[in-house]
Amino acid sequence: MSDLTLTSPASGVPEAAPRTAPMRAVGPIAWMRQNLFGSWWSTAVTLVLAYLIVRWTIGFVEWAFANAIWSVPYQGNQPQTQICRDMKGVGACWAVVAEKHRFILFGTYPFEEHWRPALVCLLFVGLYVFSAIRRFWNWILVPVWVVTLTVIGILMWGGVFGLPYVPQERWGGLPITLILSTFGLALAFPLAILVALGRRSRMPAIKMLCVLYVELIRGVPLISLLFMASVMFPLFLPEGMNIDKLLRAQVAITLFAGAYLAEVVRAGLQALPRGQYEAAEALGLSYWQKTGLIILPQALRLVIPPLVNTFIGFFKDTSLVLIIGIFDLLTAGKTAIVEPAWQGFGVEVYVTVGAIYLVFCFAMSKYSQDLERELNRHRRR
Amino acid sequence: MGETVTEAHLASAVKTNAKPAIVLEGVNKWFGSLHVLRDINLTVAQGERVVVCGPSGSGKSTMIRCINRLEQHQEGRIVVNGTELTDDLRALDAIRREVGMVFQSFNLFPHLTILENCTLAPIWVRRMPKREAEELAMEYLTRVRIPEQAKKYPGQLSGGQQQRVAIARALCMRPKIMLFDEPTSALDPEMIKEVLDTMVMLAADGMTMICVTHEMGFARQVADRVVFMDRGEIVESGEPEALFSNPQTDRLKLFLSQILRGH
Repeated sequence: MSDLTLTSPASGVPEAAPRTAPMRAVGPIAWMRQNLFGSWWSTAVTLVLAYLIVRWTIGFVEWAFANAIWSVPYQGNQPQTQICRDMKGVGACWAVVAEKHRFILFGTYPFEEHWRPALVCLLFVGLYVFSAIRRFWNWILVPVWVVTLTVIGILMWGGVFGLPYVPQERWGGLPITLILSTFGLALAFPLAILVALGRRSRMPAIKMLCVLYVELIRGVPLISLLFMASVMFPLFLPEGMNIDKLLRAQVAITLFAGAYLAEVVRAGLQALPRGQYEAAEALGLSYWQKTGLIILPQALRLVIPPLVNTFIGFFKDTSLVLIIGIFDLLTAGKTAIVEPAWQGFGVEVYVTVGAIYLVFCFAMSKYSQDLERELNRHRRR
Repeated sequence: MGETVTEAHLASAVKTNAKPAIVLEGVNKWFGSLHVLRDINLTVAQGERVVVCGPSGSGKSTMIRCINRLEQHQEGRIVVNGTELTDDLRALDAIRREVGMVFQSFNLFPHLTILENCTLAPIWVRRMPKREAEELAMEYLTRVRIPEQAKKYPGQLSGGQQQRVAIARALCMRPKIMLFDEPTSALDPEMIKEVLDTMVMLAADGMTMICVTHEMGFARQVADRVVFMDRGEIVESGEPEALFSNPQTDRLKLFLSQILRGH
């Protein structure tokens, strides 16, 4: 038996030298022949698609760049948008974005104070970039987040250090979207982990509470939660007490995201083999050591794709706050074209707003792919 | 560890009634309505090496998993190193610190390197400084003859190497008792020997061991006693030579004929 396995296979027969693959099987031309022009049918599809892609690309470039109008003349304070209307459908009227970009980005925030929300957006982006670097994944993140969020609060509200006070009702645009999604996800994620662990707890009371939370919140549309937060919730408060509307929407979004993320995290916990739990227990690790050192690091890596999927979904879902009258990025864009002179240029504004959402979502998606590859290095051989 | 214990000394330790390492008294366990352990009585002395064998589904694994409470028994008493296993979590923690376990499927932590696998429990459970834990881990990795793999991840090692790491990981807690749950069953034939050699070395050091295995050669070589289980009961037990050459019950005769045919 052991003799058999020990003798090398084909001993005595000289080993053939490894050959490189024939040129006809590799390289771009071979790839194209194989994948694009493999049969008359795929050749036909390739040609039709190539024609459509080229045509639409030319059409878009003409509309968006060649025929576009970048600015309009003014008569006094009134923009003369007639030239834009003449070109409607032929060229984009980017003049509306040039004119309204500050309103789209910052809403009704006092115009002369716009540098404050602009700085807030930069701080948020800086915070994301800093948190994305794995070298900083330790306790340093806590003070960095606390300090940055405090500075953001001071900048938005003002009232100290000579900054004029700006009430929350006047905030708007991109900062609102970033505030809602950042706070929402940063709070919902730890909540989700606790709820996911709670759902697998052996203690019936904790388990029931977590199941109840997830099923109740998940069974209700986000819009109705937002309505409840903005209309019903104040009815339960004592006379004269008023909790900020943005804060109420924030709580609703956080609870909603928490329920969804909890189920994603639970999927990761279920996917781990029992042996991992048993090995950790047999070594004498306590529940929290086992969870923090063995279970969560593996479970969360497994669910990076659906986690980021949910993150991206909620980043965009913050735009639903428009129904309770909070001025997020999308609402600001919508309001920007209410003015008669600019009515009818929705496409340009929505393309711009869409592009801003796309930048953030694509960055998240790209980062998650890198993270997944990096963190799952151990699974490669 | 470290001090060499002579065979004579060991034999006397087994024979004189030193404080037993493990005592199971009238242990019963059910999975639902299935009676998986029936009135198990077993006493293992300090330094004794016990091999447990029996057909699959006979309750061997369940029995040794009760010893560090990966499974809970429902009747009877289990005493490990003088501490009884109860719902008291502190007693359980104390026992798990003293009892190392090696699993059939290795159960290394795939997201940690070999070295981190070995230092994790000493650092977090024994509160050992990281430096010291790493030195200890390298010492045991050297003893299982894979120190050069310390920086790799478990997925990059062969099955036999992974199981040797699992043994080293358990040893890093400096346990007084080692439990082996079919440590070679998931291995390719050519890797079984390297793991068994490691276990033989451990046995020579005087470690108290309970080993569930079908490796009869190993049982003959190191076991002080072989316990044969079938349908949740201990059917026969005794010194390996006597048990294998002169089985008393039909069940053991049948089992021996089956595994001999299998080999």
